[in-house]
Amino acid sequence: MAEITLIEAVTQALAYEIAHDPSVVVLGEDVGVNGGVFRATAGLHARFGSERVLDTPLDETAIAGLAVGMAFQGMKPVAEAQFDGFIYPMMDHIICHAARMRSRTRGRLHCPMVLRAPWGGGIRAPEHHSEAPEALFAHIPGLRVVIPSSPARAYGLLLAAIRDPDPVIFFEPKRIYRQYKEEVPDDGEALPLDVCFVLRDGSDVTLVTWGAHVKETLEAADALAKEGIYAEVIDVATVKPLDFDTIHESVQKTGRCVIVHEAARTGGIGAEIAAQLAEKAMFDLVAPVERVTGYDTPMPLFRLEMKYLPSVERILAAAKRTLAYR
Amino acid sequence: MKTVASFTIGYRQVLDQDGRIVDALPEFARDPAVLVDLYQRMSFTRVFDGKAVALQRTGKLGTYASSLGHEAAHIAIGVAMKPEDVFCPMYREYGVQFVRGVKPRHVLLYWCGDERGNDFTGPKHDLPWCVPIATQCLHAAGAALAFKLRHEPRVAVSVVGDGGSSKTDFYAAINSAGAYTLPYIGVIVNNQWAISVPRSAQTGAETLAQKGLAGGLRCVQVDGNDVIAMLAVMQEAIAHARRGEGGTVVEAVTYRLSDHTTADDARRYRPDDEVKQAWDREPLKRLRRYLEALGVWDEAKEQAWKEQCGREVDIEVNAYLETKSQPIESIFDYLYAEAPHDIAAQRAQAIALEGRPHG
Repeated sequence: MAEITLIEAVTQALAYEIAHDPSVVVLGEDVGVNGGVFRATAGLHARFGSERVLDTPLDETAIAGLAVGMAFQGMKPVAEAQFDGFIYPMMDHIICHAARMRSRTRGRLHCPMVLRAPWGGGIRAPEHHSEAPEALFAHIPGLRVVIPSSPARAYGLLLAAIRDPDPVIFFEPKRIYRQYKEEVPDDGEALPLDVCFVLRDGSDVTLVTWGAHVKETLEAADALAKEGIYAEVIDVATVKPLDFDTIHESVQKTGRCVIVHEAARTGGIGAEIAAQLAEKAMFDLVAPVERVTGYDTPMPLFRLEMKYLPSVERILAAAKRTLAYR
Repeated sequence: MKTVASFTIGYRQVLDQDGRIVDALPEFARDPAVLVDLYQRMSFTRVFDGKAVALQRTGKLGTYASSLGHEAAHIAIGVAMKPEDVFCPMYREYGVQFVRGVKPRHVLLYWCGDERGNDFTGPKHDLPWCVPIATQCLHAAGAALAFKLRHEPRVAVSVVGDGGSSKTDFYAAINSAGAYTLPYIGVIVNNQWAISVPRSAQTGAETLAQKGLAGGLRCVQVDGNDVIAMLAVMQEAIAHARRGEGGTVVEAVTYRLSDHTTADDARRYRPDDEVKQAWDREPLKRLRRYLEALGVWDEAKEQAWKEQCGREVDIEVNAYLETKSQPIESIFDYLYAEAPHDIAAQRAQAIALEGRPHG
């Protein structure tokens, strides 16, 4: 079996669902003959034709609105926003329509669409190409928000997102699109959309993250292990709905929690996790919860982006602050 | 300089404001029974509308958006469509919806603050009312795209106002419909006022119909108070779309005889004279005159019909008034196909606050 990258796993999942479900249609800018600017849809147009893989006019509002219209008529559109920073014009359709179609019609209509977007910083991209807006969507009732961090999870979670009868925002960490390869069987097996994945067991501190920062967080855990400190690493993967139980179980064991995300700090998913820890795990904690996040500034242009993004050193420092408490 | 493209915008009127036929009668309009049916549907919508406003004024309904003056445009759209087509309304197209089988009780439920109004009778694939302005145009285009991809001979129709035609989503729908040659009809019901902002302040365009030119769509302006012309235009646009030849923008020129909603007071911003003159052009009076001239309508029939409408509306009003609120858990029960654990916990909490057991 061939080993594939995260973005190849995205392509593999799209191809599997197009082949197996006649209602699935992929649409977006440059997703057709060109195969997408990151190659996420490479080969799909040639294989499935222009009735399954649609180039759209250059209009994010239209992509979102058309997808909503197709979805409430029984199709399963998988729409692509070419970059995270171009997603904001789509929000009216996602928030006012896709997310609440089922609720506001009391189940008469629903909106089984997926909105995919390359997500996050760290690839020396131009302005507006490196954003992490997951909290904006996680705040919206009726949505699911998913961010895979490995080829296998990208494949399984994207299959689940497409099959889900409700709208799913699927953010793909572009920094690790081609970071490494692993075997991903093209078996059509979806992963659950409502669980965190424990990537590494540990007893001393819980490190919680998602997306590309799984890489730095695992590196930090390695460094801690060399000092005899055992960190548990959790990939949240689905930030909405949040599987707090898995985080809670880990914190009951470790008593310490460091949340790592590249999005800005205020109102981020880290704040939600910290709030739930305060509500439900106050007496399990032996140290204050730490957040290692992007700063409350716009994502800087790329000369400074690596200083904006949480580093291994910042994660280590935060972990050690929690370990100072006994 | 040579001309690389040139355009004209046609205007369609068959029945003028005095009830005179001023252009060739479409085939359907040669049958007086068809015209009587159109008149009765318009009249029913107006009776309902008056009752709804009265309910709001007496505290039995929330804010309500009246359809007064729009009856010809709305009924023509409804009559021109097939049940399998998709209608994407804004929020005052009751005439279209009544033709399509939506019951007045659902309109009332919606405006009394109950989501079950959106779970209406009639075509289950029609969209509910759309308050954010013009987003429904893109949803109609998306539905039309689905029909095209599935090779179904169906069309999608959206309604937007003159103000809504200023929005990004309206232009996006037109552009998409042109780019994909979609079976999409974008009707602009130009009632001259977007709350307090007049048509003249919305755009420098001479007509709103011409906005469709930018997307490569057919464009027609029609007297939206003339149900005969309006129905002819809609039938042609829908036939064109159903043949796979693409979309049309229809500008139906009419007038909002009411306030924007019952929460608005139009006397603050528009002159009484203008409204008075608009009443001379309204859609029911001219058709009644024509029907009376044909000898197929008279005062006795008018009274009998209005009484019948009143009785039917009363049945609907009573059905609405007897509908109790849904329990609080209903706000959770339709959010997702399968409620995530966090929603289940909040649902239980909301029920517990009322001292009821929860499962």
